[in-house]
Amino acid sequence: MQEYCLEMRGINKAFPGVQALDNAQISLKPGTVHALMGENGAGKSTLMKCMFGIYHMDSGEIIFEGEKIEIKNPAEALEMGIAMVHQELQPIPARTIGENIFLGRYPIKKLFGFIPVVDHDKMYADTEALLKKVRMDFDPRQMLGELSVSQMQSVEIAKAISANCKVMILDEPTSSLTHNEVEALFTIIEDLKESNVAIVYISHKMDEILRISDEVTIMRDGKYIGTWDAKDLTNDFIISKMVGRELTNLYPVKENVPGEVVFEVENFTSINPHSFRNVTFNLRKGEILGVAGLVGAQRTELMEGLFGIRSHTTGTIKYLGKEMTINRPKDAIDSGIAMLTEDRRHSGILGVLSVADNISIASLNQYLDYGIAINDKKIEALVQENIEKMDIRTPSSKTLIKSLSGGNQQKVLVGRWLANNPDVLILDEPTRGIDVGAKYEIYTIIADLAKQGKSIIMISSEMPELIGMADRIMVMCDGRVTGFIDGKDATQENIMELATKFE
Amino acid sequence: MEKVKSFFKKIIDYLKGNPIVVILTVVSLVVGLTVENFFSFNNFNNLASNTGVRFLIALGISGCLIIKGTDLSAGRIVGIAACITAVLVQRADYASKMYPQIPEMNMWLVLVIVLIIGSLIGLINGLIIAVLNVPPFIATLGTQTIVYGIALIFTNSQPVGGYQKVFSETLSAKLLPIGKYPGIPVYVLFAIVFGLIFAFLYKKTTYGKYMYAIGGNEIAAEVSGVNTKKSKILIFTLAGFMYAFAGYLLAAKSGGANAGLGQGYELEAIAGCTIGGVSTTGGIGTVSGILIGVLVFELLKVVLQFLGVNPYFNFIVQGLVIVTAVAIDIRKYVARK
Repeated sequence: MQEYCLEMRGINKAFPGVQALDNAQISLKPGTVHALMGENGAGKSTLMKCMFGIYHMDSGEIIFEGEKIEIKNPAEALEMGIAMVHQELQPIPARTIGENIFLGRYPIKKLFGFIPVVDHDKMYADTEALLKKVRMDFDPRQMLGELSVSQMQSVEIAKAISANCKVMILDEPTSSLTHNEVEALFTIIEDLKESNVAIVYISHKMDEILRISDEVTIMRDGKYIGTWDAKDLTNDFIISKMVGRELTNLYPVKENVPGEVVFEVENFTSINPHSFRNVTFNLRKGEILGVAGLVGAQRTELMEGLFGIRSHTTGTIKYLGKEMTINRPKDAIDSGIAMLTEDRRHSGILGVLSVADNISIASLNQYLDYGIAINDKKIEALVQENIEKMDIRTPSSKTLIKSLSGGNQQKVLVGRWLANNPDVLILDEPTRGIDVGAKYEIYTIIADLAKQGKSIIMISSEMPELIGMADRIMVMCDGRVTGFIDGKDATQENIMELATKFE
Repeated sequence: MEKVKSFFKKIIDYLKGNPIVVILTVVSLVVGLTVENFFSFNNFNNLASNTGVRFLIALGISGCLIIKGTDLSAGRIVGIAACITAVLVQRADYASKMYPQIPEMNMWLVLVIVLIIGSLIGLINGLIIAVLNVPPFIATLGTQTIVYGIALIFTNSQPVGGYQKVFSETLSAKLLPIGKYPGIPVYVLFAIVFGLIFAFLYKKTTYGKYMYAIGGNEIAAEVSGVNTKKSKILIFTLAGFMYAFAGYLLAAKSGGANAGLGQGYELEAIAGCTIGGVSTTGGIGTVSGILIGVLVFELLKVVLQFLGVNPYFNFIVQGLVIVTAVAIDIRKYVARK
């Protein structure tokens, strides 16, 4: 019996312009949870994609159960017993749970002894057994699309288990889960450990890592930094290894002074009866208003309603005492509101366009000559100003935004809105999926904007972030505002209390 | 010196990314050097005129492709525009004049009428797509059929000829003859003018920037305050305008028109755009690329013709080129893995 069930050694992988993996390595012991950590762009996902056969490494070796192997594609990886639950799940919502689990390897039976057809009975019976293993009580014939994100994730894990896997890669499995769902996932992980599966766990959440993992491997800039026993590690140590320097402060010093009320929302109610209703709040000049709540509290929906992405039935929005009509994003933008949406890839970046195009798209009308021709020099000046001011790390303004790291993409999007000089900024999960170093930079930008007198609404699911940044925290539960807490008095406990105040 | 270097580097990078252009250019050079009369003024002008007209259609359709849509009605709009043009420029004394009650019309007035009609059809496409949210493929499949029906009824499915002399003569004029060279066909002039206008639109105006943004990520564009409905309507309207213009020229070039004229031109135009680097996944495409794509496609046709290939085989070869071009285009993205 070898000590390790899977080892990757000396892995190199280059993408055009980047050395994504530079002599990277990882060694997995059976029946343990191995956390893989590093900033975004450190190469964690790339390394795992090499293991799972999505990418082909340029050089290096993979040793699986004592033998050197080559993995050409995910199908081969699955065959050998290596499974991956993706960062972005890719299920087929319009098919049943069973079909999703057995996609590509449906059980076959012979009709009349010779016509091969899919054996639905066996498939659904097997699915039921698998769902039990991940502690889910669902009809295997239910459409996958009817499940929540966390439930879909459990289905993905069930799928991996059904492949009889010996190595399971979980890539940021908890990024969209609520507290209870995370607990449920951890139970499943404990079960997997019992059955001697080696688990690779990629996450940014320090407390989870320290709680669940046995070993931790840290990467930086595509390089292997080291592997430690999780029980010997502390938060600060991990962060310093990840960023390669000591981080003293998690949050910048705030110097903003909230002034008079500028923005008022009254009795704001969604067109969807299950969404936000009777929301009333106000916002002061130069204030950072945090918005807390569990997944499903309708925070994003509320903000998208205020910004005109979603429809509302009743309610008024006033800016400086004047009532505004907002039916589409353009109305909100014209009134001086800006919104950084939650899902950067889905509704933020224009992936195939350049950094310059991405920064200027919302403010092009300010840079026209003769009312028609775009003045490229002025745009370039705007772009350079943003790149400098926010320290956006990009080879040039012509670089495609999709080749930047998450943190730099986010800074580009902030720049896009600042170009419009808005008075109210709505930031929905501004630091999601961003590494520790870049988070601090985003916080600094936010604090700076508030100091300049901008009013900021910041939705976040990370309570420490809200407590560290907000002047006041508005808590929502199930579509309603359940209370406000002054930033100085906020604790995780009193936020949670309001966030779980169901009717 | 640095500039020259970077210019050549650009060209080399372009050729590396577009091997199909290299292959077809080499093939045509070989054919040109081995087959007589290939390099002749006549052949050159023929190629230039064909490319000119097709380029106008491709420009029109390029906007629809860049926003991840398509326009299947392009060829039929070209056809109906050609028919209307032919009917309206018929001589008053032409024996079988289709609509004797219509007086002889000034050819430029006819152009204005045809452009308005083309733009209106494009506008309808845009409204169906942007307001009713019908996918472009289906929406334009519908209008394609409707427009063809109208063209058949309008022309009673008869060919239309007997133009005013001034119409044929003005549009078959050649500019700047030098020595033995008879001059540049007027179609080429139009192609150049519109090429420049589109390059300006795509590069320098909000119209173009918003178009690329919608193709890149429609939701993000909407959230950034782009009026995506308005942009889409404008793009399809302008496309209709371009098809109508091409139809007007085609009516003159063919010396007559019938409802079947322009059939399949949308597919050629899509092929030209794709060969020229307009990405099928949206957000990417340049006017110069489109010109090269259309030119290469027309060159291919001429080469096949000169080689004496059975005309029916042409379709097979053209089809292969289209598939190859798109396969290569897609590889650029797959290769990133």
